Amino acid sequence: MSTVLQVTDLVVNYGKVEALRGLSLTVGAAETVSLLGNNGAGKSTTVGTISGIVRAAGGTVTAFGQDVTNAKPWDLVEMGIIHVPEGRRIFSRLTVHENLQIGGYTVRDGKAIDTRIAEVYDLLPRLAERRGQQGGTLSGGEQQMLAIGRAMIAGPKLLMLDEPSMGLAPLMVAQVMDVVRTITEQGTAVLLIEQNARAALKVASRGYVLDSGVVTIEGSADRLRADPRVVEAYLGA
Amino acid sequence: MSDEPLRGSTPEDPSGFVRAVDERGAATVGTVGGGLTPTGRKGGNPVSRVVGHPLFGWLVIAVAVALPFVNSSAYAIRISTDALIFIMLAVGLNVVVGYCGLLDLGYAAFFAIGAYTSGVLSTTFGWPILATIPFVVIAAVIGGLLIGGPTLRLRSDYLAIVTLGFGEIIRITANNLDFTGGPNGVFGIPDFGDFGLRSDIATYWVVVVVVGLAVLASSRLGRGRLGRAWRFVREDEDAAEAMGIHTYKVKFAAYVTGAIFGGLAGVLFAVHQTAISPPSFNFLWSALILMAVVLGGMGSTPGVVIGAIIISLLPELLRGAENWRYLIFGVLLIVVMIFRPQGIWPHRVEEKPDRGRRRRSSPEPEEVAR
Repeated sequence: MSTVLQVTDLVVNYGKVEALRGLSLTVGAAETVSLLGNNGAGKSTTVGTISGIVRAAGGTVTAFGQDVTNAKPWDLVEMGIIHVPEGRRIFSRLTVHENLQIGGYTVRDGKAIDTRIAEVYDLLPRLAERRGQQGGTLSGGEQQMLAIGRAMIAGPKLLMLDEPSMGLAPLMVAQVMDVVRTITEQGTAVLLIEQNARAALKVASRGYVLDSGVVTIEGSADRLRADPRVVEAYLGA
Repeated sequence: MSDEPLRGSTPEDPSGFVRAVDERGAATVGTVGGGLTPTGRKGGNPVSRVVGHPLFGWLVIAVAVALPFVNSSAYAIRISTDALIFIMLAVGLNVVVGYCGLLDLGYAAFFAIGAYTSGVLSTTFGWPILATIPFVVIAAVIGGLLIGGPTLRLRSDYLAIVTLGFGEIIRITANNLDFTGGPNGVFGIPDFGDFGLRSDIATYWVVVVVVGLAVLASSRLGRGRLGRAWRFVREDEDAAEAMGIHTYKVKFAAYVTGAIFGGLAGVLFAVHQTAISPPSFNFLWSALILMAVVLGGMGSTPGVVIGAIIISLLPELLRGAENWRYLIFGVLLIVVMIFRPQGIWPHRVEEKPDRGRRRRSSPEPEEVAR
């Protein structure tokens, strides 16, 4: 299995606070890897650092065999590393269609953008229905779908989703996870940050559990689901 | 989400609730999750529809070109030229504030840089006005780099404070330097030539052409790839960055573009006035230009043009009211902002779901919390 993303001994400090203390993880091609952990464990910091928004104080990030530690966000987007930030961050005053077009900002080929937008509308028919509506008038679940759809337009090779299930009803979470599964099946690697371990481990093939900036448990999704520590802390047995 | 029903279930044997969610999840993609139904309204109110017509722009240009044939009094030509220059300033600031969302409170600084560069080069060094234009552009870009360079890395509140200071610094500097003529300013600035016409009318037509091109250019800039990037940055800088937009570069482009527009408007102003002095570039100017942008509708080129015409001509039209005219002017502005808070002709009519039509498209349960 070829490796898409390799993070080794990543250290990030916010002032004197150590957010990450030597975190390592890998994501393989066409694989969904879940990053679990409580609030403040360092999940968002990890994706933020990979996507170039947060500076790493130590360690390396390698993507597609290239060293991209502390690379600029726009360069990473060009490489196909797309980050869907926490809280969706769609453009609420622009229409659904315009939101999708933004995703193709780094894609020079206008036809490719149109094709991908059509693909996203196929994948997420709800968005097609609402293409002329302002993003802010969508429901929370639809906004999350839009955020994922927007990221797909950029043609990601590695998609990093930061808590896509946040604030969604169970039914909506299941739908979002279905979309994630489809994206992986289509050949995009996904790094899925979640607090909702139950939902995340259902789509992920492997997972990492973060605590205070280090990986404490790692393994296949099945193993994690059976691990008593995970069950106790996240699955509520 | 509530974990209550999940208690007692293991991952291998999920509770009935979880299983139900799993099964329904796949089957109901695209059918649940309400949101508001599309309102289906198009084009807003009658005013927007009239001014939104493609012919409207040509009509405005025709009126502007024909004005000297209709009324060639020195007064009419003078206030019309003023209004046109003001339009150019407003569309320039619109790039910075309207498109990109950077609050610039010292825009008159670029106006002053343009006017002084062109004024000093043409009087002290005796250059023809046209030859000064490249240097005006260079000076405006340098001014933009000096202010934008360090401040655009910050969020726009800081930019507002820095530009406010910059506007005053430029004016005070011009007031204190010898080569800018100190408080007396620069006078005897030549015009573009009279082309065999009355000189103020010749200047007027040159201004019509330049401002027309400027309006066209700014409108096209707003619609291009860079224009879209500006809008994304304005809407949400972090999300724009996550989508691969080089936010600093894009903001810089907006700021420098605005600076060039301001500088060129300064040249027109210097030629039109033939004399410039520091009080011409005080804070009131920056505030009035900003007012034109906000009044007209931020980000909307036609709106901003209308805003600029109103701001520059209304005090003249209210001359009959003598000393009351600025009071009436102020009251009118407040009235407009109450009834059209998005501006006279907003970039986009805000999509407001009308009351009573706020029905959910499906009665099925939606998300618990946002």
